[in-house]
Amino acid sequence: MNALQDSLIELIRRTSAEIPDDVRQAILDSLEREKKGTIAESAMKIIERNIALAKQKSQPICQDTGSILFYVDSPVGMDQMRFEDTACLAVKKATKLGYLRQNSVDSLTGINDGTNVGPGSPTFHFHQQRSDRINVRLVLKGGGCENVGAQYSLPNEKLKANRDLDGCRKAILDAVLQAQGRGCGPGILGVCIGGDRATGYEFSKRQFLRLIPDRNPVPELDTLEQDILKTANDLGIGPMGFGGRTTLLGVKICAINRLPASFFVSISYMCWAYRRLGVTLDAEGKIAGWLY
Amino acid sequence: MINLSFPFTEEKIRALNVRDEVALSGVVFTGRDAVHKYLHEGGRLPPGVSLRDGILYHCGPVVLKDEQGDWKVTAAGPTTSIREEPYQAQIIKDFGIRGVIGKGGMGDRTLAACKEFGCAYLHAVGGAAQVLAECIRKVRAVYFLEKFGSPEAIWELEVEDFPAVVTMDSKGHSLHREIFATSQAELAKHL
Repeated sequence: MNALQDSLIELIRRTSAEIPDDVRQAILDSLEREKKGTIAESAMKIIERNIALAKQKSQPICQDTGSILFYVDSPVGMDQMRFEDTACLAVKKATKLGYLRQNSVDSLTGINDGTNVGPGSPTFHFHQQRSDRINVRLVLKGGGCENVGAQYSLPNEKLKANRDLDGCRKAILDAVLQAQGRGCGPGILGVCIGGDRATGYEFSKRQFLRLIPDRNPVPELDTLEQDILKTANDLGIGPMGFGGRTTLLGVKICAINRLPASFFVSISYMCWAYRRLGVTLDAEGKIAGWLY
Repeated sequence: MINLSFPFTEEKIRALNVRDEVALSGVVFTGRDAVHKYLHEGGRLPPGVSLRDGILYHCGPVVLKDEQGDWKVTAAGPTTSIREEPYQAQIIKDFGIRGVIGKGGMGDRTLAACKEFGCAYLHAVGGAAQVLAECIRKVRAVYFLEKFGSPEAIWELEVEDFPAVVTMDSKGHSLHREIFATSQAELAKHL
C-alpha cells in the first residue's frame, strides 16, 4: 500500500519536473531551426534553460501543474477503488511537497482547499490488461493550453470544411491559427476525428501518450499529421506567438467511429511543457521501470 | 536587451517598442482572475498597497514556506492574459498601472488603454516557471491569501533581470495583432 503511494509520489515528482526525452529533443531541434538573434530564439533558449533548471532543482517545469490525468493499465482483478484512494493520497502529499501547485477549485464556491483532490480531480482512465504488471502513465496538462483546445462540428460553412479529410485539415489548421501563441507554443496537437463530444476530446488527449517522433500506422492519418505539422510551421506564428519557424512540435491524430448524424473534430493542444511520464509497477506497487 | 528598473516612469514605458526585449528589476504585484474581477467590481486594495506606477504580473505562483518560515517562490511563470481583457483597461486607468506582464497578449481595449494611460504589455515566456522564479529575489508580502487562495492571491515580489518581450506598446502597436494577420494570410495560401 505504502509502496504504491511512494511510487505514485515519485511519478508525480518526476512528471512535474522532468520533460520526457522525446519532447526535449524536439525542443532542441526547434531551437536550432529558429533564426539567430530573434525573439523566437530568445524564447526557445529560455525554454531550454527552464527544462534543465527544473530537473536540476526537482521543481515544477511550469507553475501550472495542470489537470492530473492518470492512465492505468491494470491486471484483471486489481482493486481500482483502492488504487484511486492511494493515488489521491499521493496527490495530496505531492501538493504539500510543492511538486504540484494548489490547483483545484470548487466550481460553485470558488474555494481552493489546497489538496488538488475533489470531484473530477485527479482523473483516472483504467484499462485492463492480461499481465501482472500495472502501467501507470501520468499527464499533467496546464490550463493555458487546455483553453485553446477546440471542437468542430462538420460541415462548417465558414471554414468551407466538409465531412472529409480535407474538411478535418481545415478545422485543425483553423484551431492552430486561433490558438496563436496562447497555448504556450511550440505545441503538440492531439486530434480525434469522430466520436461523440466527450469521447472525441478524451481520445484526442490520449494521443499525448504517443512519442513525438512516432508515425501513425494509418497511412491517411500519417499523411495528415505530416501535412498539418509542415503547414502550421509555415504560418510563422512561432514560439509563444512571437513569430518564427516553429509553431508546432508534433501532430497526433486518431479516428474513431461516429454517428451518421455527427462529425466532430476534437483538438487538444499541449504546450511545450509537455509533462508525460509513466511507470511499470510490480505486484507490490514498487517501480519496476520507467516508460518513455 | 533594455534594462527596465524601478521607478517605472511613464517616460520609460512610452519609450518602449514592440519586439524590445527587457530585463525588469523592481517590485511587481501578481494578480490574476479573482483579483481582476474583484478590483473591477470596485473592490479595494488592502491599506497601504498601491499599484500606481507599478507592474502587474498575471501569475499564480507556487509558493512554499521554508524552514525559517519565510515564503519562497518555487515556480512562477505567466498565466494567459486574455482572460483579463474584460477588466484590464479599467484597472490600468483606475490604479495607474505602467506595465502588465503576462502571456498570449491582450485585446484592443487593453491596447487602447496602454496608449492612453502610458502602459506596456510585457510578454514573459509561458511555462518558464523555473527561469522566472530564479529572478524573484524576495517575497515582500502577500494579500488576500485566505480570500482567493495561493495562486490567486496578490503576491508582492522583488524581481531582478526578469526577461520579457514588449508585445504591446504605448504607441498602439501589437505584435499579436500583426502575427495573427500575417499567419491568417499565410494560411489562406495553404487551403
